[in-house]
Amino acid sequence: MSPALIAMLPFIGALLPGLLIRSGRDVAAISCGTATLIALIGLLLHIPEILNGGVVTTSFSWLPQIGLAASFRVDGLGLLFGILILGIGLLIITYARFYLSRKDPVGKFYTYLMLFQGAMMGIVLSDNILLLLVFWELTSLSSFLLIGYWRHLPDGRQGARMALTVTGMGGLAMIAGMLILGQIAGSYEIGDILQAKEAIQASPWYFPALILILLGAFTKSAQFPFHFWLPHAMAAPTPVSAYLHSATMVKAGLFLMARLWPVLSGTPEWFWIVSTTGLITMLLGAFIALFKDDLKALLAFSTVSHLGLVTMLLGFGTPEAAVAAVFHIINHATFKAALFMTAGIVDHETHTRSIARLGGLRKLMPITFAIGTIAALSMAGVAPLNGFISKEMMLYEVDHLERARQVFMVIATLAATFSVAYSLRFIFHVFLGPVRDDYPHKPHDPGLGMWIGPAFLVSLVILIGLFPNTMAGWLVDASATAVTGEAQHAELALWHGVNNALIMSGIALVGGAILLSVYPAAQAIWRAGPHPEAKTMFQWLIGQTVLGARNLTNGITDGTMPRALAAFTLTSVFCGALAWSTGAVGPVTRPMLPLELVPVIGWIMLIVATGCMVAFHRYRLLALVLVGIVGLIVSVGFAYFSAPDLALTQISVEIVTVILLLLALNFLPKRTAVETTSRRRGTDAFIATLAGVGFGALAYAMMRRDVAFDSIAGYMLETSYKKGGGDNVVNVILVDFRGYDTFGEITVLGIAALVIYALTETLLQGKSSRRLRNWVRDYRRAGDRHPLMLVVATRMLLPISLVVGIYIFLRGHNEPGGGFIAGLVVAIAFLMQYMASGFGWAMDRQRVPYHAMIGAGVVAAAITGVGAWFNGRPFLTSDYGYFKLPFLEEFELATAMGFDLGVFLCVVGAVMLALNSLSRIARHAGGTVNADPMDNIDTKDMTGKEAH
Amino acid sequence: MEALVATAIGALTAAGVYLILRLRSFAVVLGMTMLTYAINIFLFTSGRLVINQPPILRDHSGNITGYTDPLPQALVLTAIVISFGMTAVVVMMALGAFIEGGDDYINMPEEDRNMPPLLTVEAEEESEIAGQTKGGSA
Repeated sequence: MSPALIAMLPFIGALLPGLLIRSGRDVAAISCGTATLIALIGLLLHIPEILNGGVVTTSFSWLPQIGLAASFRVDGLGLLFGILILGIGLLIITYARFYLSRKDPVGKFYTYLMLFQGAMMGIVLSDNILLLLVFWELTSLSSFLLIGYWRHLPDGRQGARMALTVTGMGGLAMIAGMLILGQIAGSYEIGDILQAKEAIQASPWYFPALILILLGAFTKSAQFPFHFWLPHAMAAPTPVSAYLHSATMVKAGLFLMARLWPVLSGTPEWFWIVSTTGLITMLLGAFIALFKDDLKALLAFSTVSHLGLVTMLLGFGTPEAAVAAVFHIINHATFKAALFMTAGIVDHETHTRSIARLGGLRKLMPITFAIGTIAALSMAGVAPLNGFISKEMMLYEVDHLERARQVFMVIATLAATFSVAYSLRFIFHVFLGPVRDDYPHKPHDPGLGMWIGPAFLVSLVILIGLFPNTMAGWLVDASATAVTGEAQHAELALWHGVNNALIMSGIALVGGAILLSVYPAAQAIWRAGPHPEAKTMFQWLIGQTVLGARNLTNGITDGTMPRALAAFTLTSVFCGALAWSTGAVGPVTRPMLPLELVPVIGWIMLIVATGCMVAFHRYRLLALVLVGIVGLIVSVGFAYFSAPDLALTQISVEIVTVILLLLALNFLPKRTAVETTSRRRGTDAFIATLAGVGFGALAYAMMRRDVAFDSIAGYMLETSYKKGGGDNVVNVILVDFRGYDTFGEITVLGIAALVIYALTETLLQGKSSRRLRNWVRDYRRAGDRHPLMLVVATRMLLPISLVVGIYIFLRGHNEPGGGFIAGLVVAIAFLMQYMASGFGWAMDRQRVPYHAMIGAGVVAAAITGVGAWFNGRPFLTSDYGYFKLPFLEEFELATAMGFDLGVFLCVVGAVMLALNSLSRIARHAGGTVNADPMDNIDTKDMTGKEAH
Repeated sequence: MEALVATAIGALTAAGVYLILRLRSFAVVLGMTMLTYAINIFLFTSGRLVINQPPILRDHSGNITGYTDPLPQALVLTAIVISFGMTAVVVMMALGAFIEGGDDYINMPEEDRNMPPLLTVEAEEESEIAGQTKGGSA
């Protein structure tokens, strides 16, 4: 089976519970289990090839420009983790079916679980680090959902947030690290990166990349000082804890370190950072675990400790230590998942996880007792179980260290002692001792469905312990080979003779037993000591960060717009000035165009109009006139500087904008009072001047220099006729070269119009509707609302304007014009009817609703684009031909015309809908509708207060 | 000529920035219109100033000298239309705020400006418990 399919199967499985949940828990569990099983079988089929040293890969190109490919690989390491994820996943799916109650939303649970499983499979099978990062983030997100699954519990929500914050931040750091790594190696393919050891370790960027990547790995694998999130994630349902927080997700960090081991390890930096972190984590986790009362908390801290153990081994950087690390990953997954499931059974049956309230369960739950005891003994490292072998190997490696051997030996032995103590405590304080009669719920062994999973794992614990080479040797060899990049053959055995490791192990066993026998005294000492509570610190830190961010935000924008805008303007000016003063600016290369009289006159008009605008903006109607002047000169300027299309567009938009603002002024006050101090105005003027000078200078500097890189204008001019069939290059760019862009833009325009429509609908209801009904106009209306002359003139002009619109539309491909301009012209022609003859008259004659027009426009453009598919071309590829009809000149038909028609319809619809909405408000506020537009209005209408 | 266009851009920007710093929504709308002009002209001038060479092919010989850069024009053309859409939405919002709220101040009312105090986790839990009991009694 293709590695890509193996990684995708869980995602497909994730869809099933949602669809099937009405059929009940069993169907959901079976469907997920089936998907997992198929993926597992697919993976196992690759075993022969991988054992022969092969690597199975598939690759799809995704974004080759940035080096992102959907490439997957299965090698020994991927195989090992894949078996863990899918195999334990299968057991968890079964277990969860019986663990969750009828009231829990089971469909959601299985969907999240499968999402998580898919994300994990993605991580371990990715052959591209960018792809790996995508899956990495996905595990953080899906584990957030799983931890917070019981969302009515505050602990669950807080634990989920904390896990997401810590692992998410680590993930962000890791993205940066991976990008650096990819840059050094020159490729984002893992296969290539693994070959680039020398280049990577010689690079000055090696250390930053290492730190960033390790941040990601340490946060995910709960290494000190990021270990605190894991115990809080235990608020999750136990199947989740067993799956994510013992067997899979927390091992993602280990996986990553193992994956990049060949290129990152072997340096002093790697050794000291990784192995010291692992050592501290191992000791700290084991120590805290001993004193935890909550069964799951004990297991959580023990997991932290064992993750530290593996991290330390990977940190040693020797192939033998890597073998031990890989073997311990397998062993830990088997016994710890079994222990979590045991804890879940105990919780399920007794309704408590507090060790203080348990004890004596041996007689009541014999099966659970047997499973839990074997698994816990393996965790303690007791022969002949699998935990013993890998712990011996760990101690052996510690004993053979070249650096800091004594320190590591002492601390490792101490950690092992604590480990024995908490493992024994799990057995003695939960199962042994006298039977109590105060359990919250009378316990007994659960059904087969719940204990079959852990029982299977425990059988593995024993079998691997007795026959390590047969059971796990091949897998250890294959994955250690993948980790180290050279063929490994591990001699796994129970008995290595009497060596230092065995002595250390013995000390730990005896020490642990003694420690447990004096447990009450030890606990008293522990209770007396300080307990730095990570959760409190974490929440304090988050609170302070939020507070700081809030103060900063309040300082810049406290709900007053001018302050925020001033801050924004000043920042922009500052950044521009900084860039200007620090960057290199090329020499002036373009001569100035000579001055001419007419442009100078235009410039003077523009400057005067702009100045007047600032001076008289309080007189709002006058300001509108001034806007009109500025717009007009801008259009003329476009025409002068060889941009006829822009000139046409600008002038028609100008008209529409002024009408729009006039309609708004119908309600808004016509004058603005002076409300600011002259000092405030002075400051604002200063800021405005800074911005103006900066922007003007930038424009001047740019215009005096040639483009730094060759413009793509040449290509467009060259191919406009050949490929787009049009002489008007601007129009060909709009409807053809950048048609996708235009398609998006007309959609935005349509959405803007619909937003306006929706806002109008809201305003015409409720409070604002009542206000509108009682609106008192602050001005007198003109005596003649629909002057005869205007009505007659506009009606005569309508067909002429429409013909002009069609003409501009048709010629657009070769001459200035096109859909945008034609749309605006036609919209203006319609608007004149509204203005001259009145809203009611015009609405009566309007056949097509404007929403439909917008929709039709977008659809027309889309259909034209899709049409290209039938020719086997990509979306929006245009085609054209020239036709000759009798009595007519030869003319051109291009598919781009259909697209331009879409643009046209969309523009007409959007402009009309926007202005129409404003008119509706005016009408709502007591305007009459005259059936006959040439009527004189009633005298009482002038007050604007008549009834409808 | 370049200096004229650059000063025009500067003047329009300055006027626009001054107007968006005013207190009433209409002035801000006017200011945004002015800024739109300035920015559109700026984008347009990135094709540099050229007179009498519109990007409309005179013949099909493949000779591409003697034309101005068409790309900024195409970009600015859509920008003009889009900025109309934006102005329309902003005007509508200003109008809605005026009708609904009774004034056309751009600022939030004094009492709404500061964010509510930070909720600690304990407070969050308490409010939750309160919410639950409330829900239960309802």
